Amino acid sequence: MAIIHVDGQDYEVNGAQNLLQACLSLGLDIPYFCWHPAMGSVGACRQCAVRQYKDEDDDKGSLVMSCMAPAADQTRISIEDEEAKAFRASVVEWLMINHPHDCPVCEEGGHCHLQDMTVMTGHDRRRYRFRKRTRRNQELGPFIAHEMNRCITCYRCVRFYNDYAGGTDLGAFGAKDNVYFGRYAEGTLESPFAGNLTEVCPTGVFTDKSHSEQYTRKWDLQFAPSVCHQCSMGCNISPGERYGSIRRIENRYHGEVNGYFLCDRGRFGYGYVNRSDRPLLPEWRQQPDEEPTTLEVDTALARITDTLRHSQRVIGIGSPRASLESNHQLRELVGADNFSTGIEAREQACLALMDDLQRTTGLHTPTPRQIENHDAILVLGEDPVQSAGRLGLNMRQAALSRREAMGEKIGIPAWNAEALKTLGQDVYHPLHIAWPTATELDDVATRYPLAPEEIARLGFAVAHIIDPAAPVVDNLDPATRDTAQRIADDLMAAERPLVVSGGSLVSDSVLQAAGNIAQALARRARQGGLVLIRREANSTGLSLMGGQTLDWAMDELTEGRADAVVVLENDLYQRLPAQRVDQALARADIRVVLDHQRTATLARASFTLPAASFAEGDGTLVNLEGRAQRFFQVYEPGYLRPEARIHESWRWLHALAAGLRREDATDVNLDEITAACAEAHPALTGMVEAAPGAGYRIEGLRLAREPHRYSGRTAMRANLSVSEPRPPQDEDTPFAFSMEGYSGFDHPRQQVAFAWAPGWNSPQAWNKFTDEVGGHLSGGDPGIRLIHRQPGHRDYSLRIPAAATAENTLRALVLPSLFGGDETSARAEPIQQRMATPVVILCHIDAEALDVHHGDTLVLGDSPAMTVHEQDDWPTGWAGLPAGLLPGLAQGEALTLSKTTGGEP
Amino acid sequence: MAEPVSTSTLIGSDGFELHPADETAILEQLKHYEQPQAACIDALKIVQRRHGWVPDDAIPAIARVLGIGPGAVEGVATFYSLIFRQPVGRHVVLVCDSSSCFLTGFDELKQALVNELGVDYGGTTSDNRFTLLPVCCLGACDGAPALMIDNDTYGPVTPDDLPRLLEGYP
Repeated sequence: MAIIHVDGQDYEVNGAQNLLQACLSLGLDIPYFCWHPAMGSVGACRQCAVRQYKDEDDDKGSLVMSCMAPAADQTRISIEDEEAKAFRASVVEWLMINHPHDCPVCEEGGHCHLQDMTVMTGHDRRRYRFRKRTRRNQELGPFIAHEMNRCITCYRCVRFYNDYAGGTDLGAFGAKDNVYFGRYAEGTLESPFAGNLTEVCPTGVFTDKSHSEQYTRKWDLQFAPSVCHQCSMGCNISPGERYGSIRRIENRYHGEVNGYFLCDRGRFGYGYVNRSDRPLLPEWRQQPDEEPTTLEVDTALARITDTLRHSQRVIGIGSPRASLESNHQLRELVGADNFSTGIEAREQACLALMDDLQRTTGLHTPTPRQIENHDAILVLGEDPVQSAGRLGLNMRQAALSRREAMGEKIGIPAWNAEALKTLGQDVYHPLHIAWPTATELDDVATRYPLAPEEIARLGFAVAHIIDPAAPVVDNLDPATRDTAQRIADDLMAAERPLVVSGGSLVSDSVLQAAGNIAQALARRARQGGLVLIRREANSTGLSLMGGQTLDWAMDELTEGRADAVVVLENDLYQRLPAQRVDQALARADIRVVLDHQRTATLARASFTLPAASFAEGDGTLVNLEGRAQRFFQVYEPGYLRPEARIHESWRWLHALAAGLRREDATDVNLDEITAACAEAHPALTGMVEAAPGAGYRIEGLRLAREPHRYSGRTAMRANLSVSEPRPPQDEDTPFAFSMEGYSGFDHPRQQVAFAWAPGWNSPQAWNKFTDEVGGHLSGGDPGIRLIHRQPGHRDYSLRIPAAATAENTLRALVLPSLFGGDETSARAEPIQQRMATPVVILCHIDAEALDVHHGDTLVLGDSPAMTVHEQDDWPTGWAGLPAGLLPGLAQGEALTLSKTTGGEP
Repeated sequence: MAEPVSTSTLIGSDGFELHPADETAILEQLKHYEQPQAACIDALKIVQRRHGWVPDDAIPAIARVLGIGPGAVEGVATFYSLIFRQPVGRHVVLVCDSSSCFLTGFDELKQALVNELGVDYGGTTSDNRFTLLPVCCLGACDGAPALMIDNDTYGPVTPDDLPRLLEGYP
């Protein structure tokens, strides 16, 4: 801690920070552009000038850039100094010289950091009377729009894109007053984190194209605190809605999970919510795939309960992409003995093993932010950027943080970004990745292109080197032994080694190997960590809840032990081969499907109930850390579309259960369901604490979903009726569908629908909601951990796979894929444009055996034609296929690929 | 899974191909530096030496050889005014406009060059013989006003010297 004197007042600040960050953390406003809490200082824009004095007796002082000056003890500065103010006003005037007067048509307007700073410095008259330089813009792909005329040359874009996220195709071109930020040639921005440019850019150079199609100002959007549903990371998001559709996804700051950044799947993958083919009403079908007939709600509920009552046995199939509450209500409806998690058996076994390892290996699971402090990482059988997007960015920071350690030794503070970058060129903390093909982290990692069994064997070997009590791997070849030794040396030399693995390979032995390494590290008393990546938004939650596997449910139906099935938000055809699902569904007389998407499963339903997506409902998810997080309804679909009968699945299932008991379907609220779920499942007890209940108030007020400037509410429904109905009432949460309510920052709180503070309209307004800028939300970061490390040690696993022997079969190696590998976001248009063309990766030997070359095409049965991609070091005997390409394909399944013969297959 | 680096679909190829000898020369330069990006200027000069300028498609080609992103190469290639991004004539005339030359007759010299060549800054004579460009300093203040043709520095130069000087560059 340090004492600094600002304009005659004394303040206690964190002395490790720079003056700008320290002053912003105190709530003092200093304008800035190039500085960013996650990216540190470069002193490029000259906007944050303050006067600094040497000591009490110094009455002259000198102007310094506050972002480049340490907040050392007894520092004396003046923000209000007249010359400093004049300097800042001149800087903004000069940055604005070429900036167009296009705020009314600029999509940044209303959440623009440049607008905020220009107003803050008082620059309100343009004196420049000459031609402005103009630019040609680039087409940068489906996510990002480019408007270079607006650029103020702060360099934040390239600092984020290249230095922070490891991109290589964006650059700063030219010199002096002629600098251009763009790609070296027009084309799609390649980084999977490019979407963050829309928030990192202080003005409207990089804007969200998906928002552009359906543009609404920030102040006219309705928001709620939500949680991304597109992978197991659990990033906090703030979706904005207008006229009954989601218009954009903005990052919602979380000090431990996502910080300021999201991946592009999460930011641009929301389009499935807005699809025009979504089911809006209950439907009934006599035969599978028939055109359905719509039903009234009461009729549908009566007919479904009636048929279910007459059935012999009802199986409930849950879903790892649905909330805990919805899954719990399904389990209540069908009974614990008839409930399946909806997860394929091998994946479920892996999930259970991951829960167990997280508890019993003795290593703690760090939060994503804590990952950045680990100084050696081994990734065993995962491609984190593809399987958990944002997590890859955390791991990159861990590798890069070596330069901070180097800087610390010679007195360069962690915020001095450019100095550290120069100091630590090409020097990284060790990052070892055992994964068969290229990853986004390869530039800062050492990668070992191994087959799944070999990855496991390598892992077991590493564990044995760390702790000789761990089982020895037989017949280990010398090369692998050397690799294992290098990895073990790096992990043992580190203060905080980290082991990362997960379910992507659906391999028990890979996970067991990761568990052995974690245990070995724990036994050697390392302050290490273990991170296990799950596949879907609520995979961890479903595993904690427990239930039968999807395979079991299919067998019960196929073998006639049940004649009815209720499927919750789950497309079974994504998980098991079509034939197997067809067989099972064909034996079920009644097939009730609740979903918000028209999936292949829904097309075979006898009854369909229109479920809420994350945007229209509330619920709880558990992320890969084991953190339970609540997501809140953004908008009420029935308000603008009175014909829609969309409800949370838990509400539908509660009504069905009441109907089965011949009770009136009394309404139920979220808190009751959450409490019932927590009570029924000991592992989930903590979930109630994940967020405040419906009765939570601040200053006696509900929390507003809409900014106070929200306009046009009385008119937006006038096409339906000129009399404005009462706004929807929210009985489930403390949030109001209104601008009325609390939306301030002076009371610490965790659940922030949107960040706005007087004078701060841009995402930088999050600075006002944190305990210190870049720290934690002032009310604590949302969510609660449900999985805790237990004392003691588990026994080492002895399940070491044998060394691979040459076989003639080719097996599927399904590769997680950020764009296309997730069922729901793959239905969003901009994501579809970013999906890889169908490819199959083969090694040269296998390609030769199939008589194909790089660029030829292969098919699997009636699959689309897949272009052969020959990779020199790809493991023999495996065919690499991106997830989502062939639904229902099992990891490791034997394949018979055939050459396409003449014409289109 | 990682996708192959996408190339522009909207701008046509300019047909540039990296000469094998140049690739070898760039790889040789790489050995002199700790970081591959440090060899970027040398690589650009190697390409410029052969082609007279650096075509757009040379950028990804150099990036590939150096093993760095094309954005970084383009950044260097657009920063330095002596890396030419448009075709230039057989000979490049650089006329110095720094303070010493400015004080000692730069204006007259430049005007005489424009008259002699019939092109202004950035222009190339119709016979493709000369390209005229300004340069911020030649380090030849003792001989101001100075100019440079290809690798030869001249100064002080008067307008009357020009015909004879230019004669030497057919």
